Parts: sequence; structure tokens; C-alpha cells
Amino acid sequence: MAEAVIVVALLLVAASATVAVAVRDPVRQSLVLAVLGVVLAVLFTVLQAPDVGLSQLAVGSALTPLLLLLTVRKVKRRGRRRKESES
Amino acid sequence: MTPRLRLWLVVTGGAGLAVLLVAACLRLPDFGGDRHPYGDRAVVASLARHTANTVASVNFDQRAFDTLGEMTILFAAVLGCMVLLRQTRDEHRARPEPEAVALPVRRYALLVLPVALLSGLYVVAHGQVSPGGGFQGGVVAATALHLLYLGADYRALERVRPVAPYEVGDALAASAYLVTGLAALIGGSAFLANTLLPYGTFNTLSSAGTVPLLNAAIGMEVACAVVVLLAGFLDQAVEIEDEGESGDRLDDPEEPGK
Repeated sequence: MAEAVIVVALLLVAASATVAVAVRDPVRQSLVLAVLGVVLAVLFTVLQAPDVGLSQLAVGSALTPLLLLLTVRKVKRRGRRRKESES
Repeated sequence: MTPRLRLWLVVTGGAGLAVLLVAACLRLPDFGGDRHPYGDRAVVASLARHTANTVASVNFDQRAFDTLGEMTILFAAVLGCMVLLRQTRDEHRARPEPEAVALPVRRYALLVLPVALLSGLYVVAHGQVSPGGGFQGGVVAATALHLLYLGADYRALERVRPVAPYEVGDALAASAYLVTGLAALIGGSAFLANTLLPYGTFNTLSSAGTVPLLNAAIGMEVACAVVVLLAGFLDQAVEIEDEGESGDRLDDPEEPGK
């Protein structure tokens, strides 16, 4: 039973990690990354490492996507300003 | 350093690392087996010091020196980010306009904020008895504060989160960890050794000797570091604007060490 849960969690991690690579838009990518963080946290908990699971949940699914989104916003804003000044 | 030499350095280092990793993995105990040589010893050591959460015992007692290194890495990383994200001469601050927030978003954010903040503090406080600890709880508490940005606006966030005290808190917490380690040294044992305080009653908040102290120091350090880091990123994303074309220079990645 425990092994079935581990296999399911591993498959979910593989699937969401593949989607994170396949999606090309950084905004969507960071959202997929948040999902990947949650799934990884589940995997760690199933593998009896709740401490690592908690860090993964906090950093992988909240902090990293947030930093990515803020970076994307900054880069996009700069691009928009440049277009305005060119036209 | 020429590119050729650099390539060689990377290839040699990478190959060495790969060989070492494979050699180490070949001798690991089997996955899911019942032989845990390291785990058994760690559990015995943590029970001897009345620490219910063995992971906390490993982090803040048996391997407290490693945690000092990790804390320093986070501290240095945040310091580096702050240097990179600082307001340069060709940038200026524009006051962000307050924007309307959808009512459900506002309600949800303001409802969840205290719960998330409390959960973070709970996870920090119970590091020695249940899974979690300073690192996990610190990140949760720090990100919880930023729900205010979702629920209200940037100015409200800036009011409850002036960056300067958090910078001081970050440095203070890092020094608190060091001072606790030095206190053990002055007390007549090794640096960061868990000999300073009585071990207390097993599975209560006041157990495990210096583990709760170091745990709290890490919690404060991580929370402050994350707040400062997110403040730097938010400043750049919301407030700081570069003037027209002068931002081009930033697009060329400058190579370090040249």
C-alpha cells in the first residue's frame, strides 16, 4: 500500500516537472512550479521526511514562484517602457 | 581566465563530482530497507538529550555547526541580492498608485493572514517536538506578511514592514546563533555543544537544552532574511523605475572576475 502511494507521488512529480519544462511562458511556468512544490512536499511526506516536506512547501510552492513572478513583472515593465520610448 | 581553461575546470570538477557521487550511492543502504545505521545513532543521541524531533536534534545539536554554515549561506545570499537590487543612480522611485482589490481576494487575504502568521510562529516554536522548525516556520511567517500586499496594497505592506528593522533583526539573529555557540565554549565544552541548559522534560516546549534557542535564532534569521529579500524584489517590481534607455546597460550580463 505504502509503495503504491510512493509510486503515485513519484509519477505526479515526474509529470509536473515535465510540464514545468514544457511550458515556455515564465508566468505559467512559475505556477506549474508551485504545483510541483506541493507534489514534491507530498512525496517527501510519503517518504517519511515531513521536515523536508514543510520546507519544500514553504520555499518551493510559495517563495520561489513569488520571486519569479516579481522578476517577470519587472522585466516586462522595462520592455513596455522601452517600446513606449521607441514609438 | 581563458574560456578554454574555464571549460577544463568545469569538466574536471564535474567529472570528479560525478565519480564521487556514484561511488557514494553504490554503498548506500537499500531503499526502504530496515537497516539505518545513521538513523539509529541519531535517534539514540537525540533521545539522550530529550529531543522529541530527531531532525531538530540533528540540525541544532548534533550538526549545529552545519546549520551555522547554512545560515551564513542564506545571510550572504540575501546580502548579495540586496547589493544587486539596490536603487542605482539612473533609477528613481515612483509611488505606486493604490489599486482596487476584488472584495473576495481582500476578504480571503485578510482572513488567512493571521492564521498563516500564527502557523509560522507555531512551527518555529514547536521545532524541538514536532516536524518543522526555524527554517520552515520562518519562511511561512515571512510570506504570510505579504498577504497584506494582496489584500490591501503596497503602501499598507510598507507600513507594517519597514525594511530597516528586519535587516537589523537578520544580523541580530545570526549573531545570537554565534553567541549561543560561544557561550557553550565559555561554559567549558565545545563550540555549539548542547551542554548549557538542562534538558528538561521530554516532548515539552522547554526540552532539549539549547535546541529551542538555536531554533528560535534560525527562525528569526530566516523570517527577516525572507522579508528583506522579498522587499528588494517588490521594490524593483513595483517602485523602482529606470529612466528610459539607460536601463540597457543592465541587460548585458557582466562577467564576474574579469
